[in-house]
Amino acid sequence: MWNPSHPPVSGTVYGTLLNDAGALSALGEQVNSAPYKAPPKAPILYIKPRNTWVSHGDSVVVPSDVNELEMGATLGVVIGRTASHIQVADALSYVAGYTVVNDISVPHASFYRPSMRFKCRDGFCPMGPCVVPRDSVANPDALKVTVAVDGAVVHVATTSGRIRTIAQLLADVTEFMTLHPGDVLSIGVAVGAPLAKVGQRVSIQIEGVGTLENVLVSEELV
Amino acid sequence: MKRARVAYGGAIHEAYEHPAGLRLADGRVVSEDAVVWLAPFEVGTIIALGLNYADHVKELSKELTVTAQDEPLAFLKAPSSVIGHRAQTRRPDGVNFMHYECELAVVIGRVAKRVKRHDAMSYVAGYTVANDYAIRDYLENYYRPNLRVKNRDGGTVLGPWFVDAADVPDPHALQLRTLVNGVVTQQGNTRDLISDIPALIEYLSEFMTLNPGDVILTGTPDGVVNVNVGDEVVTEIDGIGRLVNTIVSDATFGR
Repeated sequence: MWNPSHPPVSGTVYGTLLNDAGALSALGEQVNSAPYKAPPKAPILYIKPRNTWVSHGDSVVVPSDVNELEMGATLGVVIGRTASHIQVADALSYVAGYTVVNDISVPHASFYRPSMRFKCRDGFCPMGPCVVPRDSVANPDALKVTVAVDGAVVHVATTSGRIRTIAQLLADVTEFMTLHPGDVLSIGVAVGAPLAKVGQRVSIQIEGVGTLENVLVSEELV
Repeated sequence: MKRARVAYGGAIHEAYEHPAGLRLADGRVVSEDAVVWLAPFEVGTIIALGLNYADHVKELSKELTVTAQDEPLAFLKAPSSVIGHRAQTRRPDGVNFMHYECELAVVIGRVAKRVKRHDAMSYVAGYTVANDYAIRDYLENYYRPNLRVKNRDGGTVLGPWFVDAADVPDPHALQLRTLVNGVVTQQGNTRDLISDIPALIEYLSEFMTLNPGDVILTGTPDGVVNVNVGDEVVTEIDGIGRLVNTIVSDATFGR
């Protein structure tokens, strides 16, 4: 029986699309043609619902009709106090801390209106292993993010080079929706997210935040 | 039975219909404007459907880049966007097109995983009315409809009543309508859902476990029009409820 444990968060988990300059530039001129027709203006957010949440050490089920899953390594910003219409200058004071998020997807090409089947399957959002306090992270916009599959490093990125820094993202998002204590806003996945398949162990290490490890298992084992 | 959740006298109460207004679970009878109406159940994951009435698809077709549909167009909203009956929703200054969407909300009653169509209705706890606001000015063609359009504070109105599934003999024969300042602007019937309730539960529970309190907003029919500051918007479904909301300006929110 699949019985995931609880990750160290409790609110709503939001993801941010195309906030990595590399991920946006990888789209190139496509942003100006159909179906997009223009580059993104406001932050593009999505929700990872509670059925997707699992913890460090939990297994993640790979659907039987999919060969590989995309491992979306990203930093989760955990909200510490109610944030509505906040300013960039003091935005980080609304942050309780940080955690590691693996924003898993079934690989898909279009950002226009991707099916929930690609991002919202059970277990598709491992988070953890813990929330590190804000003050223990000197500059959250400059952390090394390393993804390893079965011990071999497959992807290295940083939390820098974002279209919006964490403070800017918090200010822009809370202009239209309130973030509450326990909510998580992830800052977006870097370009070139690696793939992994059944049987592989995926570790995401974010400098000063922690290492989140999960094993991909087949549906038949569940 | 119809149940509401209201704040009154410093606490949150379950409340029921009464000829003089509302009867609280503790026996007090109060008028319906003496309480603050909350969403009538503890809201979990909110799944909303786009383009689930054929007439509404036609209405919006001119602005859709992609029209082919091989599965329901479902998207998520957060519980923080939820407000109850008789509340206010902010219309930002300078936007051109903010509209309501009257929808039947289906509340899940027990854990649903890989449920088949023939069994799906047994997972429904009950129903309420939803008004799923959108501001079309903010539409961008990435992860449509993006949260700035659909997940704004006060953008998901639920209530007034949670109606037990047992008291709704046929949820696929409910007349729904919206009135703006007393004038009917939208009408439809749940018999015209493209994906009906069992189809939606079967589709969703195939890839995601649905939990008690999760709610499916089943989509809206033809007839969405712009609403302005000061408008009273009533979304109404026969046998389920009459949900009142008022549009207010930035000034009300100190902006």
